[in-house]
Amino acid sequence: MMCQVYSNKGDKLKGRQLPIMYSDRARGFFSISGNLGTQYPQAVGWAMASAIKGDSRIAAGWIGDGATAEGDFHNACTFAAVYRAPVILNIVNNQWAISTFSGIAGEELTTFAARAIGYGIPGLRVDGNDALAVYAATSWAADRARSNLGPTIIELFTYRVEGHSTSDDPSAYRPQGAGAKWPLGDPIQRLKGHLVALGEWDEERDRQLLDQLGEEVRTAQKESEKLGTLGNGHYDDVSSLFEDVFEELPWHLREQRDQALAEAEAKR
Amino acid sequence: MPAMNMIEALGSAHDVMMERDPSVVVFGEDVGYFGGVFRVTAGLQKKYGKTRVFDAPIAEGGIAGTAIGMALYGLRPVFEIQFADYIFPGFDQIFSEASRIRYRSAAEWAVPLVIRSPYGGGIFGGQTHSQSPEAFFAHMPGVKTVIPSNPYDAKGLLIAAIEDNDPVLFFEPKRIYNGPFDGFYERPVTPWAKHPLAEVPEGYYTVPLGKAAVAREGNDVTILAYGTMVHVALATAEAEGVDAEVIDLRTIVPVDIEAIEASVKKTGRCVVLHEATRTAGFGAELAALVQERCFYHLEAPVVRVTGFDTPYPHSLEWTYFPGPARLGPALRKALED
Repeated sequence: MMCQVYSNKGDKLKGRQLPIMYSDRARGFFSISGNLGTQYPQAVGWAMASAIKGDSRIAAGWIGDGATAEGDFHNACTFAAVYRAPVILNIVNNQWAISTFSGIAGEELTTFAARAIGYGIPGLRVDGNDALAVYAATSWAADRARSNLGPTIIELFTYRVEGHSTSDDPSAYRPQGAGAKWPLGDPIQRLKGHLVALGEWDEERDRQLLDQLGEEVRTAQKESEKLGTLGNGHYDDVSSLFEDVFEELPWHLREQRDQALAEAEAKR
Repeated sequence: MPAMNMIEALGSAHDVMMERDPSVVVFGEDVGYFGGVFRVTAGLQKKYGKTRVFDAPIAEGGIAGTAIGMALYGLRPVFEIQFADYIFPGFDQIFSEASRIRYRSAAEWAVPLVIRSPYGGGIFGGQTHSQSPEAFFAHMPGVKTVIPSNPYDAKGLLIAAIEDNDPVLFFEPKRIYNGPFDGFYERPVTPWAKHPLAEVPEGYYTVPLGKAAVAREGNDVTILAYGTMVHVALATAEAEGVDAEVIDLRTIVPVDIEAIEASVKKTGRCVVLHEATRTAGFGAELAALVQERCFYHLEAPVVRVTGFDTPYPHSLEWTYFPGPARLGPALRKALED
């Protein structure tokens, strides 16, 4: 994952995708597109395929509050309802689409979960910062899908504390420090507090775990940096540029590859 | 060997592949119970059941999007866009997703699907049932685009497209579904029945993608064409008494560059023919390829014969259509220059 973030020589995606747009087929994790909403109907199609094959596998897709305005959201809901696809359609409502608040996606008049009703799909609205509530709702939806009862829409109500990306400055469009004022808290802190209150967890173990995980990530980062970063030692196999456009390289891409190799040679 | 029209040949390709490969599923608007507005999928739902042959909501973006998901799962979806004019709500799914999933995932995932769509004019379909949008797809890395011109090729190419592991656009010139229309629109319609390329084996065979066919051998000028226009080229060459070599491209991406080069180097003259609008049409690509590769063999400029840069008309269909009245003078020009 770290190599993917750096687009370095260890990146199994050959430096083709922006950071965090992972793909991990072995773990059932589909390649992230970067387009908004496009993968929602694909999740439905994947679930339909499982049903067509008579398999018991189910699909889950996630979309943001802003992207529910895309046609793909509505296509996905229509197809999921019509074919009773075994799919969980999650809407992560973090209330902000870059600088645009969720009202511009229609949330001032109704909830996103309520849209499910129009499609004849059960819709749940869950405190997205309550890990146990998210787990319970998701389990219920998964059971429904596995029992051939069809799709479920789950609105996960939360808040985008940070900017949209590292190049985004939220103070330009919402009050400074607004993130810190969100009353429903940080989901990890809330889960921790719950476990501590139950006596299942304590501050000492929490600190140890955080240290351990921090060390793991830092180690992965350092190991990965040995294989380069985007700025210094990125994935640089020139002929790979032309691979995987098609399963086999057609003549025009062979010619263009040879041209790119010649250009690279001339630069040396 | 039975004579089949294009519709029967395409239906037979579906039947053969559904029989051979349980992962082939077929869906689209009116495709299931009714068998499609052009009847290509008639009888398939009855034979293979509603799980593998089914009707879709009128949402081309949803059809394309769910088909991608099915292909990712391991099925081979073959879906119909009822008219190529209606493919654009699905364009984003094809362009931004299907065409690039293999690439962006470094081949971790693949999208083996076929998008079938009746296309082209000559049926008084007006501006929403007549267009030829192949150039949009030819411009797109990662999809193959196929346009058959006769029943034999239609079946063999569709089977090859279904077996291909990349997304394939399969445009079916609807004007030649029932007979080889040659552009002489005032003459009686000819059925496929007695045409040699309507002799279609009932079983499995393929016509490879990316390979052109020489529809007519000739020495004086090469006509590059596909779909309905192959028949226009053949008939016009005959009517004009021109010894033209007619190349039926069959696949426009990847295009058969060897066949193009061999023919143009032999004849030294080239006319590019398609029904779609002219500017930035696939003919522009063909003209550029011929110029880049055959320049010193050319004895005259490459001539483009195409539809006009207007929306597809209704009442003025034959004014728009690049039939013999437009191709004839173009052939003479290519031979005189």
